[in-house]
Amino acid sequence: MSAAALTLDRLVRRFGSHNAVDTISLEVAPGELMVLLGPSGCGKTTTLRLVAGFITPDDGDIRLDGQSIVTLPPHKRDMGIVFQSYALFPHLSVARNIAFGLEMRRINAAATAARVEEMLRLIRLEALAARLPRQLSGGQQQRVALARALAIHPKLLLLDEPLSNLDAALRADMAREIRLLQQVRGITTIMVTHDQAEAMAMADRLVVMHDGRVEQIGAPEALHLHPATPFVARFIGGSNVIRGRIDAGSHLVLENGASVALVGRYHAAGSATLAVRPDSIRLGLAGAPRARVEGAVELCTWLGATVEHVVRIGPELTVLVRGPGLGPDAIQRHAAGTRVALDWAAEDEFLFDGDDRPLAATPTEPAATKEIHHA
Amino acid sequence: MTDALARLEHAAVSLLVAVGVALIGVPLLLTVYLSVFDEKLILFPPRGYTLAWYPAIAANFGGPIWNSLQLSAAAVAGSLLVGVPAGIGLSRLQFRGKGMISTLLLAPITVPGIALGLAVFILLVAIDERLGSSLTGAMLGLVLGHVMITTPWVVRLALASLVTHDRAAEEAAASLGAHPLAVIWRVTLPAMRPGIIAGALFAFVISFENLELALFLSSPGVTTLPMAVLQYLEYHVDPLVAAVAVAQVAGVGVLLVVLDRFVRLGQVVR
Repeated sequence: MSAAALTLDRLVRRFGSHNAVDTISLEVAPGELMVLLGPSGCGKTTTLRLVAGFITPDDGDIRLDGQSIVTLPPHKRDMGIVFQSYALFPHLSVARNIAFGLEMRRINAAATAARVEEMLRLIRLEALAARLPRQLSGGQQQRVALARALAIHPKLLLLDEPLSNLDAALRADMAREIRLLQQVRGITTIMVTHDQAEAMAMADRLVVMHDGRVEQIGAPEALHLHPATPFVARFIGGSNVIRGRIDAGSHLVLENGASVALVGRYHAAGSATLAVRPDSIRLGLAGAPRARVEGAVELCTWLGATVEHVVRIGPELTVLVRGPGLGPDAIQRHAAGTRVALDWAAEDEFLFDGDDRPLAATPTEPAATKEIHHA
Repeated sequence: MTDALARLEHAAVSLLVAVGVALIGVPLLLTVYLSVFDEKLILFPPRGYTLAWYPAIAANFGGPIWNSLQLSAAAVAGSLLVGVPAGIGLSRLQFRGKGMISTLLLAPITVPGIALGLAVFILLVAIDERLGSSLTGAMLGLVLGHVMITTPWVVRLALASLVTHDRAAEEAAASLGAHPLAVIWRVTLPAMRPGIIAGALFAFVISFENLELALFLSSPGVTTLPMAVLQYLEYHVDPLVAAVAVAQVAGVGVLLVVLDRFVRLGQVVR
C-alpha cells in the first residue's frame, strides 16, 4: 500500500464564539507518525475529528495526496480510526469486528476471511477470533480496534488517545506495538495525546498545540532542545518558567524585585520569560561565585534514579531542580531550609520576549563544555 | 448496641418489603382464589371449587381477546415504527425544537386516559365532519389512539438503551465505510435491542389493558377485552371475570419470564 500525504490548510473550527481549532496548517509526510500533543481543550481532538470527517471545518481545507477531502462524509474517507474507548461493536465477535470494514466494502467472503486471518495473526489474537469484545482485556480490545482499523488498508490511521485507558505496565508495550506496526506498514498516522512521554516515544514529529493553535512542530529532540515558546518549554521539558522584565542586559528582574543573572546578554528590553529545564540546573551552596539566583530549599524528594529539589526564590515562585540520585554522578542532597545557589549553562537558558518569541543571546562568556541532557 | 440497631434496621426493611409484597400480592391471590369458586354468584364461603371457569373464557371472551390481540399487535408495530426512530433522533441529533418534540412524545403519559379518549374522539368527529371520512368508530382511529399512548414508553426505553451506548462505535462504523443508514442498522439498532424488546413489551401491556380509549373509539361490532369485561360485569358478577383476570396476568407473566431470558429487563427498565 502506498502511503498518503496529508495537508491541513488553515483549518478553522468554532464552537459558538470559541475557536477550538484556530487556523492550523500542517504537512504530514507519507508514512510519517505525527503526534498532536497538548493539554485537554487545546484543539487536538477537534483537529483529529475534522480529519476523520465527524465534524466539518468553518474554514480551511484538508487534502489527501493533494485531493481535497473536506466535503467527503466520513464513510468515504478511507481512514482507520482507533478510539480511546476502543469503540468495538459489542454484539460482534472479534473476527466480525475486524471484518466489518471489509463487509462494508463488499469484498468477497474468501478475501475477507483471508484478511481477517492476517490481521488476527498481526495482533496475535488468532485464538480469540470467536470471542465477544467484553470477554477480552483492555489491551486485547485495543489490539482488535487497531486490527479493525488496519484491515481496510486505510489511507490514513488516526489514533485518538489510544493508550490512555490502559494501565501503565501495558501502555509502553502497546506503544511499541503500535509504532512497530505503523512503521512496518508504512502508514501515515496521526495520533492525539496529552501525554508528553507517550508522544516522545512514538512520534516522528510532534505538533504542540495550545488554545487551538500550533505552538511548534518538530522532531521530539528538536522540541526538547529548542523550544519555540515558553509553553512548549514547559510542556515538553517540564521547564521552570519565570516571568519578569529585561532591560538590554543580562538581568531578568522579577515582579518581586529579585533578579536572575542570565548567562547570556540580550539586546531586548521589556517583558521577558525565562525557561530552564529542571535537569539542566546545578545546585550549589549559597554564596558560590556563579549563582544565577539564590533561594531556600523547600522540599527534597529522592526518587531513586533522580533527586528533586523544590527551591523557593520568591514569595510566589519556586523552581524545580532535578539531578541523578544514584551512582557516581549523584548530586548532593540539601535539607529543607538550606540556602542554595542555582546555576545553568548558556545552551540550557531559553529567553522569550513579551510575545513569547525566542530571544537570541550574545554570550558574555564562552559556553561551558557540558553534556547535553537527553530525556 | 450497634448489633441491636442493625437487627432493628433489618427488621424494619423486611417489614416494609413484606407490606409492599402484600399490597401487590393479596389482591392477586384473592383473584386466583375467586376464580376457582364453584358458584354462580361470588358467595363466601363457596360451595366448592372448580376449574370450569377457565375453559369458559374462550366461549365468552374469545372474540374480544382476539380483537385485543390484533389491536395490541398493531399498536406495538405502530409505536415501534414511530418511537425507535424518534429515540435515535432525540439522542443522536441536534435540531431546533428538540426539547418540545421530546416533551410532546412523552406527554400522553401525563394525561388521564379518559380525557385522552374523549379528546381523540372529538378530534376524529371534527375530521369526519370536515372531510366526510368515517374515522369515528373505525379500527384505524382506535389503533392510532393506542399508538399514541404506547409510543411514549417505546421512546423512553429506546432513549434509555442509547444512554449507555458508546457513540464512538457509530463513528468507528462510519470510518470503516458504513453509510449512515448502515450505521443505524448494523450498530445502533443492535445496541438498542434490549430497549426495543422491553419497549415492545410495555407497549403491548399498556395497549392490551387499555379501557378508556376503547370506550370512546371502538366501533359497535369490535369489542376489546377490557370493554367486554366491563360489559359482562354490568349483568353478571361471577368468578368468570376473575378467571379472565388471572389468565391475563399469567399471560403477561409468562411473556416477561420468556423475554427476560433474552434480554435482561432489569438492566433496561430502571
